[in-house]
Amino acid sequence: MEAIKPIQTTLLPDKTYGMKLLYQMMLIRRFEQKSAELYTKEKIRGFLHLYVGEEAVAVGVMNSLSMKDNILCTYREHGHALVRGVSPGAIMAEMYGKQEGCSRGRGGSMHLFDAKTKFFGGNAIVAGHLPVAVGMALAAKKQKKDEITCCFFGEGAAAEGEFHEAMNLATLWSVPVLFVCENNLYAMGTAIRFSHSVVELEKKAPGYGIDVAAVDGMDVLAVEKAAKEAIQKIKQTGKPFFLVCNTYRFRAHSMFDAELYREKTEVEEWKKRDPIPKLQELLMNENIISKTDMDAMNTQVEKEVQQAVDFAEAGTWEPVEDLAKYLYREKEKL
Amino acid sequence: MMSTNNTIKLTYREALKQGIRDALLKEEKSFLLGEDVGRYGGAFAVSKGLLQEFGPERIMDVPLSESGFVGAGIGAALNGMRPIVEVMTVNFSLLAMDQIVNNAATLLHMSGGQMNVPVVIRISCGIGRQLAAQHSHSWEPLFAHIPGLKVLSAGTHEDARGMLLTALQSPDPVIIFEYTFMLNTEAEIPANAGAVDISKARVRREGKDISIITYGAGVYKALDAAKELMATGVNAEVIDLRILRPLDDETIFNSVRKTHRVLLVEEAWGAVNISSEVSARIMENVFYELDAPVQRLGGVEIPIPYPKHLEDASIPQKDDIINKVTKMLQHD
Repeated sequence: MEAIKPIQTTLLPDKTYGMKLLYQMMLIRRFEQKSAELYTKEKIRGFLHLYVGEEAVAVGVMNSLSMKDNILCTYREHGHALVRGVSPGAIMAEMYGKQEGCSRGRGGSMHLFDAKTKFFGGNAIVAGHLPVAVGMALAAKKQKKDEITCCFFGEGAAAEGEFHEAMNLATLWSVPVLFVCENNLYAMGTAIRFSHSVVELEKKAPGYGIDVAAVDGMDVLAVEKAAKEAIQKIKQTGKPFFLVCNTYRFRAHSMFDAELYREKTEVEEWKKRDPIPKLQELLMNENIISKTDMDAMNTQVEKEVQQAVDFAEAGTWEPVEDLAKYLYREKEKL
Repeated sequence: MMSTNNTIKLTYREALKQGIRDALLKEEKSFLLGEDVGRYGGAFAVSKGLLQEFGPERIMDVPLSESGFVGAGIGAALNGMRPIVEVMTVNFSLLAMDQIVNNAATLLHMSGGQMNVPVVIRISCGIGRQLAAQHSHSWEPLFAHIPGLKVLSAGTHEDARGMLLTALQSPDPVIIFEYTFMLNTEAEIPANAGAVDISKARVRREGKDISIITYGAGVYKALDAAKELMATGVNAEVIDLRILRPLDDETIFNSVRKTHRVLLVEEAWGAVNISSEVSARIMENVFYELDAPVQRLGGVEIPIPYPKHLEDASIPQKDDIINKVTKMLQHD
């Protein structure tokens, strides 16, 4: 058992890596803002859950993984898909419901899938993907594959029975799975103090004999360091690891949320810990990047998001005659 | 036991076990995962001895976490294995229903055809062992309602022996229902029995006067009823649906074209069951072939009671089938 200890950020990234982390967070932020705009224009429909405020978690963890690893996410997963390398255009087209989308438009915002990057959703039943992640890791172990399975979920999921079943099974079977809890303090509108008898989620791990770390999820370098250590541990031991990233969602739960359950002052307090200016200031204060670099990145983000929108706009609707497709693999021979 | 005409006599339990053993021998990516399948030998002794033969990597005991281990089976299937998940009884399957419906049946579609789930889930079920309301269920219709699943019902020893191996070749999720009530019953099957087709219903008995269409625990009851009806001059055809999703319409319709009368029999609660669907399809497609309205015998709509006489009265029995058929034909 690894003791629960705070992880200190020590090393500064070099320019290339620092800019990569910052750029990815900026891209997610802008992509999400654009998605919200497009939602109000009714280009995107259904449920739309934005990741604004939580970018450091996906960016920090995903950069620690390899392309051999399997990724499973929740329905708040646009950011994860972007960082994983799913094309922004295919993600946006998916949200439009176009057949050029990464799930051919069948899934929408909550169900981004991409076999090429081993991105297994986009899962919208809270905690439903945790047992699946354990099974994928079990299969990897049985086949002696050099891969781990990384499963993102929120603190709301940690109240579900499947969280507890999955933690128990993963340790019992000793399989290489990284559980990443994105604790943004609210399960929809229910604050963690109303949904967890013990709010320090890392304390749930010892009961399952699982190694654990808790980290400031508003600090991408801290998340990245913690994730790398966790992954190293998983590779050494073959056992699961539970990483708690304490973070905060700046925007509403979804586009239907009037935010009656929290004070604006609380949101403003958390915004002072915004991971993007935090990294930007660090890199600029340390003279790792310049204002010119920032301007270039801002321009590039804008361009990339616009290209994604253009791609989605130019996308096509799947013919209604194809409605019955993708129900059984057997008949389709895809 | 070998007999002279190249058949063997075996129990339904033994047929299931041979089916699992055969699957593990022939499909190296397969493994059995379920509660008490290993050290205990299976809750109904179906997998007794398999742990000793195949070892703990392929016969995996799991904790009582139905959603957890069914979900894990789905995950293992997504990542290259061919898991055989055993849910001890259908009574516990609702705890895994989210995994079965929202993941196994849905992932291929939701991912736009990218991610298929080749998992086989074996579930024992049925009514008739005085296990009372929470342990006596015929819930095949709940599963047959779900697009994306293939739902099989092993109503005979031959299917108990052979459905699993074929199901393991499927790229899609397959549910196989097995019947605990039949575990000790014996039947003769070909000595070289093995994998069976899992796409067609089967005519278990040829007849000309009426089609008794059933599945699962209804098959042997219907065959026994047909045998007795023969003595009264009624020659009934018995159709075993076998595949509850997708239904094999052609075998059903051909039988209707032949006998022009239909009695549907099943143990599931009477309303909104498999018979409802089959009846509607007959009406939609071969209505003018009928000489009389389609009739149904289903389970009485009540949680199954404990006392034997009340339990027996809750589901169609051989005599109920005989009486119903006789009544249906007496106006001729």
